[in-house]
Amino acid sequence: MEWQPFLFWVIAGLTSACALATVVTHNIVRAATWLLFTLAGASGLFFLIGADLVGAIQLLVYVGGTMVLVVFGVMLTAEGPFISMRTSSAEWAISASTALAFLAVLILSFLLNRSGRDPKLADEPVYVFAPQKNLIDPDEIANAKTSPYTMVIGQGFAGVGVGPAHRDPNSQVKVIEKKDTPEPPLADPKLKKAAIDDLDVNLKNLVRPGEELLPPPVKVDEKTGRPDTTGIVRANYLLPFEIVSVHLLVVLIGAAYLARARRPETRVERQTDGRNDDPAEARP
Amino acid sequence: MTEVGLNHYLFVGALLFVCGLVCMATKRNAIGVLIGVELVLNGANINFVAFSRFNPVFEIEGMTMALLVIVMAAGEAAVALAIVLNFYNNHLTVDVDQAEELKG
Repeated sequence: MEWQPFLFWVIAGLTSACALATVVTHNIVRAATWLLFTLAGASGLFFLIGADLVGAIQLLVYVGGTMVLVVFGVMLTAEGPFISMRTSSAEWAISASTALAFLAVLILSFLLNRSGRDPKLADEPVYVFAPQKNLIDPDEIANAKTSPYTMVIGQGFAGVGVGPAHRDPNSQVKVIEKKDTPEPPLADPKLKKAAIDDLDVNLKNLVRPGEELLPPPVKVDEKTGRPDTTGIVRANYLLPFEIVSVHLLVVLIGAAYLARARRPETRVERQTDGRNDDPAEARP
Repeated sequence: MTEVGLNHYLFVGALLFVCGLVCMATKRNAIGVLIGVELVLNGANINFVAFSRFNPVFEIEGMTMALLVIVMAAGEAAVALAIVLNFYNNHLTVDVDQAEELKG
């Protein structure tokens, strides 16, 4: 038996069972424990997909950080009547029926998805105004010894361009404007092959049998015969990284202020805040 | 069954999402509601990473989004727990049915 589908069914089954147990249990401490196992199972799914960095960060941040926070919250507020609070059957019935309907909508949305071109337009040539070649070859992922995603993600957060490439509008290269009638494909087979080779290697897999992927009308350098790649820029993830860093700082300060230790007299003062006093008696 | 594809991971993500939704709707403990929020975010993360892996147009965009969601969720859990602890200190209860006055 293949190991990957078997591992998927085991890990996905455990994760789903733990998630269902989180919902069903009425004990808050047990719900926190089941959530811990659910998060660990989700991390296993990430590792199975090949997203090593996301799986590791999930274990570090979610299981090692957020779950510790939740357990702290449970332990600080878990007194007699609050450990096990039950909801009425009517609420359960309404919530369960609504959730099942929503789950059906979600499942149907990705099962009935028919992506593709309109068959009525089959005679028109399809120009793939595609991003240029990607950095990761999908054929190598299945046989890679280490995940190539981690390096690319790390480079992206550090400022190296790793996103889909697009042409810089301020560059000196004059891109061929889109005309009303579609341009015929490149006549010279060598130029055409060069243009197709420079296309996104992933998009070549989207071509269905019997179809031909026409190269986009990009400018071809006459000297080398390859498409002109001057002015190609790639996006990076440096700005989201910085924004998230500042956001974490704000959250840190805010949470520390909100949860600051107050004088123990506060609770006593609240309990005797003069609710039963004589209203005619003036307050100091 | 022999080939595990995108739809399988999407189903797991959807299931986790709906479980979190029911948690948020039915738990009377405020921390139970937070547990539901974490489940919802994890379901969305599984969707992001699955699309990033199986859709040939994406490369790492989904995984980057999942990383940012994990970081944001940790921050939000911290602030939400601070609010719940404040509420508990002031009202001596974590029952969300008692939180009718929007007072901390």
